[in-house]
Amino acid sequence: MFFASRSFCCLGARTCRLRTDLLSRSFSLSAPATMAFRHKNTRRIEGLDSNVWVEFTKVAADPSIVNLGQGLPDISPPGYVKEELAKAAAVDRLNQYTRGFGHPSLVKALSQVYERVCGMKIDPLTDILVTVGAYGSLFSTIQALIQEGDEVIIIEPFYDCYEPMVKMAGAKPVFIPLRYKNDGKSASSADWVLDPAELANKFNSKTKAIILNTPHNPMGKVFTREELQVIADLCIKHDTLCISDEVYEWLVYKGNKHVKIATLPGMWERTITIGSAGKTYSVTGWKLGWSIGPQNLIKHLQVVHQNTLYTCPTPLQEALAQAFWIDYKRMDDPDCYFYSLSRELESKRDRMARLLQGAGLKPIIPDGGYFLIVDVSTLNVDLSDVDEKQPYDYKFVKWMIRSKKLSAIPLSAFCGPETKRQFEKYIRFCFIKQDSTLDAAEVILKNWSKQPA
Amino acid sequence: FLSLSSQAKMSRPVQARRLEGIDKNIWVEFVKLAATYSKVNLGQGFPDFPPPDFLKEAFVRALSGENHMLHQYTRAFGHPPLVKVLAQFFGKLLGRDLDPMTNVMVTVGAYQALFCCFQAFVDEGDEVIIIEPFFDCYEPMVRMAGGTPVFVPLRPKAPKDGKLMSSADWQLDPAELTSKFSKRTKAIVLNSPNNPLGKVFSRGELELIADLCVKHDVLCISDEVYEWLVYDGKEHVRIASLQGMWDRTVIIGSAGKTFSATGWKVGWTVGPSRLLQHLHTVHQNSVYHCATVAQEVVAQGFQRELELYGKPESYFIQLPKELQQKRDWLVQSLDAVGMKPIVPEGTYFLVADISEFKSDVPDVPNSDEPYDSRFAKWMVKNKGLAAIPLSAFYCGAHKNNYNHFIRFCFAKEEATLKAANDILQKWKREKTSP
Repeated sequence: MFFASRSFCCLGARTCRLRTDLLSRSFSLSAPATMAFRHKNTRRIEGLDSNVWVEFTKVAADPSIVNLGQGLPDISPPGYVKEELAKAAAVDRLNQYTRGFGHPSLVKALSQVYERVCGMKIDPLTDILVTVGAYGSLFSTIQALIQEGDEVIIIEPFYDCYEPMVKMAGAKPVFIPLRYKNDGKSASSADWVLDPAELANKFNSKTKAIILNTPHNPMGKVFTREELQVIADLCIKHDTLCISDEVYEWLVYKGNKHVKIATLPGMWERTITIGSAGKTYSVTGWKLGWSIGPQNLIKHLQVVHQNTLYTCPTPLQEALAQAFWIDYKRMDDPDCYFYSLSRELESKRDRMARLLQGAGLKPIIPDGGYFLIVDVSTLNVDLSDVDEKQPYDYKFVKWMIRSKKLSAIPLSAFCGPETKRQFEKYIRFCFIKQDSTLDAAEVILKNWSKQPA
Repeated sequence: FLSLSSQAKMSRPVQARRLEGIDKNIWVEFVKLAATYSKVNLGQGFPDFPPPDFLKEAFVRALSGENHMLHQYTRAFGHPPLVKVLAQFFGKLLGRDLDPMTNVMVTVGAYQALFCCFQAFVDEGDEVIIIEPFFDCYEPMVRMAGGTPVFVPLRPKAPKDGKLMSSADWQLDPAELTSKFSKRTKAIVLNSPNNPLGKVFSRGELELIADLCVKHDVLCISDEVYEWLVYDGKEHVRIASLQGMWDRTVIIGSAGKTFSATGWKVGWTVGPSRLLQHLHTVHQNSVYHCATVAQEVVAQGFQRELELYGKPESYFIQLPKELQQKRDWLVQSLDAVGMKPIVPEGTYFLVADISEFKSDVPDVPNSDEPYDSRFAKWMVKNKGLAAIPLSAFYCGAHKNNYNHFIRFCFAKEEATLKAANDILQKWKREKTSP
């Protein structure tokens, strides 16, 4: 039902396209204007055309809106990162094709950094693939290893692309929600857990993979070693692969540790670990990511890559390699960007939480990542007169953008059909924002309860 | 003890069926060989000269500006300044009003544009016509989409007496082409100017294809990445401008080829919204965004070209002028030593017949590997000159049909082409001396 409502809200854009189409047809002299045009979309993309980002980035593009929606830093990347890009583009040969599976200096740097983190040997040429963002890694992994007849376990709420990507590969997503273990006291992302028995029930002979996202978007949950062990045990028992989306791996806050599931016994050989330059260096617009895993799995991702886009941009990869060398050399130093960014974000997290609490809301404090979610039903905003068959959170965010000039993302966008009801009172805020943006948000939240003139 | 589910899984391969038969890739092998052995690399298609100064300046400007948001996501279907200028530019070329939001989509190189087209339009059981020789990725991409490639060859006609063969002498047989269209034909892939031959399809040849597309309601995926690289005053005709074609064509272009910056991987599709909307769906479920700063710089490049269009300082006029000269040098070099070049009408590739050098690389009967592939490997290892065997651009069944040709890339500095000439001259001397 909610899928239908989502495509309903995209109707506006499609009507626009139809108009342009009629216009273009009036130019062409082809007789077949009246003949039915049989070229519709392929089966693999049926129903996958709507997308929460295409919808909400448009709505929030107005510069007068304080945009805490899309996960987009408005802070500057570190100076040396920008400098390395300028240096790389000035080298003539770096403006031409590089190695398809990953620029040599980049895969070398990645192997060094991750060998140190994982404590194991990682071959830069066979165990790593560089992709167009972590998004590209997710796509390559799913296209390489998942097919019709397979089931893939997805933990809800989930980064929204997992579901359409699994469907595009012809497979069936099997959802399992994080559940609030209610002790009434704190509201932390750690309070949201998987039920081990429920999880075990989701595995069967068709389960090809489970997608893990830690630190988790949108919840901010950092899975503990014990929680990962439960997942690992099931993967080993059922010979299931693990696709581990760890793009926020460096953004973990005090008292928490990011554990890589691939380092648990029996897991390296069945895990693809995905990382992101965009999240590591606050350069989402560079669209570079990577998949790391055993050669016998990565080789299949490489086949997908050589048949989809072949190679990623050279100067960006070179600049990223140089940035990694700079930080690799200071991984024992607190000034390393991997740690300094995390510290900077922790104070922004705390500020965001305070602002929301000040407005009478109870945010779920994330242990990692740069998002937090909050239950807005306590504000009792009556939207029953809004004549759209949309979940409450979609209506709330649109109302908030219009009347409060503040944007967020509705959480039901991150849920499967069964769970949307459960999460439709939550919205997600992004806090990787500069002080002036948070100041503007503060003004809005402080004035929230004041009646509009 | 193994659970039932893990026993079931062990009996099947870990990878998905869609990867069947598409794992081999000529470039992975030949790029490695060139990197290891070549002194002069005329193999893989990329310039060894830099992108134009105005592009490098645009890059410096973009990075030194106040706007650090160029390092963050831009619009998924294409950075607004880029799609706007592409809509303007191609609207002008096609004589129609293009909407930057719905008639243009930016991709990670033309390669990803091709991928989006096949994924969006080719279902299991669909046939896709591919003209041989073809840029090698078309076949595996069609197969990965579950489609069936149907091949139709360009056939060489003997050139006029005393003249070198031209890419124009390689032609489709109209009856043969017609026979390839069936009820199951979903699309035809057209590549003009053609890689590897350099053929620039004439208006008449395109009309033949267009008539068949209209008659059979078939889509045209038109790979026009070398659109500016046409020589001898030839015209690049855009098939989408022919009658009945706009509605059924996706045009693909490349900043890498347009601006001699292959490493930036910015490409685009232009077409009617009812086709592009499906490319959007594939794109948003595969890569979603393309790198922002690369798009910003390409937009500035196009802005400059829009202003200078048709003027002598236009890069789109200067580049083909320079490349034509390089083409002519290479043609001379090859002709002088007995390798018979097929003079290309366009692109920066040239194919030559190496029959006269066969004595250096003896035939191996019953070899799985096509002759030209063994020849090219021998040549890079023993002469330090890298080129690509023409069989790389044919389907498996046809790899031995034209197996005494190799492809050279001439988008190279004068020094590189001179060095290639030296190698060829020395080789010829070694052959003729006792």
